[in-house]
Amino acid sequence: MHNNDSPFRVLIGKPGLDGHDRGAKFIARALRDDGFEVIYTGIRRTPEEIVAAAIQEDVAAIGLSSLSGAHLRLFPAVVEALRKAGVNDIAVLGGGVIPEEDIRQLKEAGIAEVFTPGTPLEVILEAFRNACRQHREIHQP
Amino acid sequence: MEKNKDLTEWQDKVLAKSLARFPERRKRFTNHGGDEIPLLALPEEIDDQYVRQLGFPGSYPYTRGVQPTMYRGRLWTMRQNAGFSSAAESNKRYRYLLEQGTTGLSVAFDLPTQIGYDSDHPMSLGEVGKVGVAIDSLADMEMLFDQIPLDSVSTSMTINSPAIVLLAMYVAVAEKQGVAPQKLQGTIQNDVLKEYVARGTYIFPPQPSLRLITNIFQWCGENTPSFNTISISGYHIREAGSTAVQEVAFTLANGITYVQTALDAGLELDVFARRLAFFFNASSDLLEEVAKFRAARRLWARLMKEKFGAKNPASCMLRFHTQTAGNTLTAQQIDNNIVRVTLQALAAVLGGTQSLHTNSRDEALSLPTEDSVRTALRTQQIIAHESGVTDTVDPLAGSYFIEQLTDRIEREAVELIDKIEKAGGVVAAIEDGFIQRQIENAAYEYQKEIESGERMIVGVNSFQITEESRPPTLRVDPEVETMQVAALSQLKKTRNHDKVQNSLKELDQAARTDANLFAYVLAAVKEYATLGEICDVLRQVFGEYKQH
Amino acid sequence: MRNDLNALLEGLHNRDARSIARAISLVENDHEAAEVILTSLDQQNVRSSQVLGITGSPGVGKSTLTSSLVRHLRSQGKRVGIVAVDPSSSITGGALLGDRVRMMGHALDSDVVVRSMATRGRLGGLCAAAGAAVRIMAASGCSPVIIETVGVGQSEMDIIRLADLTLMVLAPGLGDEIQAMKAGILEVADLLVVNKTDCVGAETLSMDLEAALRGRKNACQSRVFKTVATTGQGIDELAIAIDELDAICRSSGEHDRRRHSSLELEIVDWAVELLKPRLLAELQETAYPAEPRQTARKLLARLCPLMIDT
Repeated sequence: MHNNDSPFRVLIGKPGLDGHDRGAKFIARALRDDGFEVIYTGIRRTPEEIVAAAIQEDVAAIGLSSLSGAHLRLFPAVVEALRKAGVNDIAVLGGGVIPEEDIRQLKEAGIAEVFTPGTPLEVILEAFRNACRQHREIHQP
Repeated sequence: MEKNKDLTEWQDKVLAKSLARFPERRKRFTNHGGDEIPLLALPEEIDDQYVRQLGFPGSYPYTRGVQPTMYRGRLWTMRQNAGFSSAAESNKRYRYLLEQGTTGLSVAFDLPTQIGYDSDHPMSLGEVGKVGVAIDSLADMEMLFDQIPLDSVSTSMTINSPAIVLLAMYVAVAEKQGVAPQKLQGTIQNDVLKEYVARGTYIFPPQPSLRLITNIFQWCGENTPSFNTISISGYHIREAGSTAVQEVAFTLANGITYVQTALDAGLELDVFARRLAFFFNASSDLLEEVAKFRAARRLWARLMKEKFGAKNPASCMLRFHTQTAGNTLTAQQIDNNIVRVTLQALAAVLGGTQSLHTNSRDEALSLPTEDSVRTALRTQQIIAHESGVTDTVDPLAGSYFIEQLTDRIEREAVELIDKIEKAGGVVAAIEDGFIQRQIENAAYEYQKEIESGERMIVGVNSFQITEESRPPTLRVDPEVETMQVAALSQLKKTRNHDKVQNSLKELDQAARTDANLFAYVLAAVKEYATLGEICDVLRQVFGEYKQH
Repeated sequence: MRNDLNALLEGLHNRDARSIARAISLVENDHEAAEVILTSLDQQNVRSSQVLGITGSPGVGKSTLTSSLVRHLRSQGKRVGIVAVDPSSSITGGALLGDRVRMMGHALDSDVVVRSMATRGRLGGLCAAAGAAVRIMAASGCSPVIIETVGVGQSEMDIIRLADLTLMVLAPGLGDEIQAMKAGILEVADLLVVNKTDCVGAETLSMDLEAALRGRKNACQSRVFKTVATTGQGIDELAIAIDELDAICRSSGEHDRRRHSSLELEIVDWAVELLKPRLLAELQETAYPAEPRQTARKLLARLCPLMIDT
């Protein structure tokens, strides 16, 4: 459990056409095992759908997974959709088959954290915890 | 000593016939010292148990292999999967591979193509040409096989939901080259059931998808007798995290479903069954993998004979392509992957595969470079020509461990298949989520073991180094998408609009009956109707599958 | 804080998605603004809305059915709310809320308001939280508001009592239809739905259920509805039946009776929730005798001087 407060809420989804959801499902379960409430939205989602769901579910962070190489277009598109919806306090974290050269570009586009293959689970969980703590700080100072 | 009756019969009938068609690659197989290597090592006593469980290669139950001489007669097909970005680029890569000695082509398509979207569809943005070649119309297919004679190469296409369209395009290209369909060799993956549980590139719901598959079986049975109409796949199920037993069970259960569907559609078992092919994963546990392949062969043979009453021996043969396990490749210390792939390829060869793709060392990062692809191919060639394992058939047979493991895998797979049957069959099990849950749980357990260090992955959770900068990864030219979209727009200007619309209308009408749609798709394809246009017609009629 | 709260209330009034979502969170987490939010709600909307409970074992196709029903309701121009309740892990406190997956077809429709809610291992407080989410959605104009839950645990069963009408969904081949009858869960259901009627065993299941219903008193319906949620088959008839039953219940006074009873449920649940931290705090501070009932009485007497000795 995170603290005496309610559990952190996050959303995990796969934007675009990539259907390999093993990694996303694993992270969703691992987050659940770490005490998060995880809204899992499945594969083949558009950035707009992911953001609409994230807003309705009042999550503190969004986790995206992409293994098809389309991350440079899709991940920033989620950030953009959040911005369009007037939301600036939901962190976007991304993982998958992402070459190191792309990490800087993604971060510049507003992705808070990028996880490449082989990143230890604990690093990923801590990143989500941090993002959620920051979100909580804003809303319950 | 009195010779065993079964052995003699096999030698006289099966082996002799095979040798007449495919003489062995060498007059004699000897080692460095000049000792003769036997075709088949046998126990001192060939008892009923041996004949029942192992038998002889090329003979029921095929535990020891589907051909009598296996690699002494002919090596497996070295078939490296390739294809990315544009048809023109892929064409260059294919011609390179053919020069380097591959004996078969394997085409990977990009996600929009696999899901029946044209490159200019909103869902295609960012995905065009990324994981494979973008094919929007016959024009792209013509470019893909430019200067590649379709009557002398064997082409395997990793395409599932819209397989009927891509196959029609292939047939149309061959026609333009003057090659009759009867000459065509190759495979289409065409295995939609695994898409719902492991791979995700589904379009239509299960029932209409099965209809399309049977349409293909039927048309090909009559027109392309040398073409494999389905590659029933366990590879992706394993990649999704299943165990070896689950890989066998779910793949063969899918196989049973396809066979039953075809029979229900009135096709004849002994006509289509011999063109069923399989596709398995070669993972890291070498001994388990060898046992797995042998168990799968024996189990399929038994299922075909006992459940479906197959009369033709060819109907009981599980012929398979193998790919080394993509999910074992690490992004750390990538040269280690060459070692992994070698062991996995060895397992596939010791397990009797008919065709093999070896992954390149840099594939955990992105699509492989030319150098890496060449090393992957050389891996196969070294196993084939330097290691000696191809000089005798099923060399690990008789090992206590291997035989026990083979028996166990078969037994556990049977239990799982029975469970699925009781639940109402594969489609019901998919609707219920049973198969997905089994795979998810296995994947989760495996990953937890890695995270806890219980399962060691060299370079990742053990024996790590501070990584130096990574070698350059192959980037797909972002211009591909722009070019593809422009080409589409141009195509739509130059083709005969009316003919296209007519062909789509006829397809729509036919789809609402139970006609075989292949001819209608072929007609549309020849008018340069796009993949997206054809699939949209079918979406209208069949609906779209929604994930549960 | 005051400004934020005003902005939130304003947003609620305007049916802003983010405001609705934030409001539900604040109430669920028992933030100090909870009461302000709840008392600001449009009570007229809350009273006139229809609250529908949909329950059934895992695997029967509840979420798919809900999604299909929503599609039908939307085609009639209705604004719909869904509270999807899933169990939390009692060990880790986390939850995997997967009902959303089947609702994603409606993600871009602003008149489909969805909230995934975890049980959080609460034996109490779940009704309070779920009830509040329903009210917030109803106040924003959603009718019906659908509460979707797996009918297995006691807390999940209680939530269903928040609904005006309850649909129980079953499917063939899952081997638990007999169990359902034995457990008396059928007592809860106003409408029985057999989903996956394209599968083997559906006919037998429907007949068994119809027979069981005939033996019940209080049965508003003795008909079992058959659906194939994935194709939408049977959904139209189901929707009509729901409306008809709703009309009957409203005119007979049954609706009001149930609302009254669910209101009591919410009130008692809130009372216990609000009391619990105080009770626990008191327990920490004082030494108490070993006998639990005696201790409880003493604690209550200290905290609630108005309580007469029981």
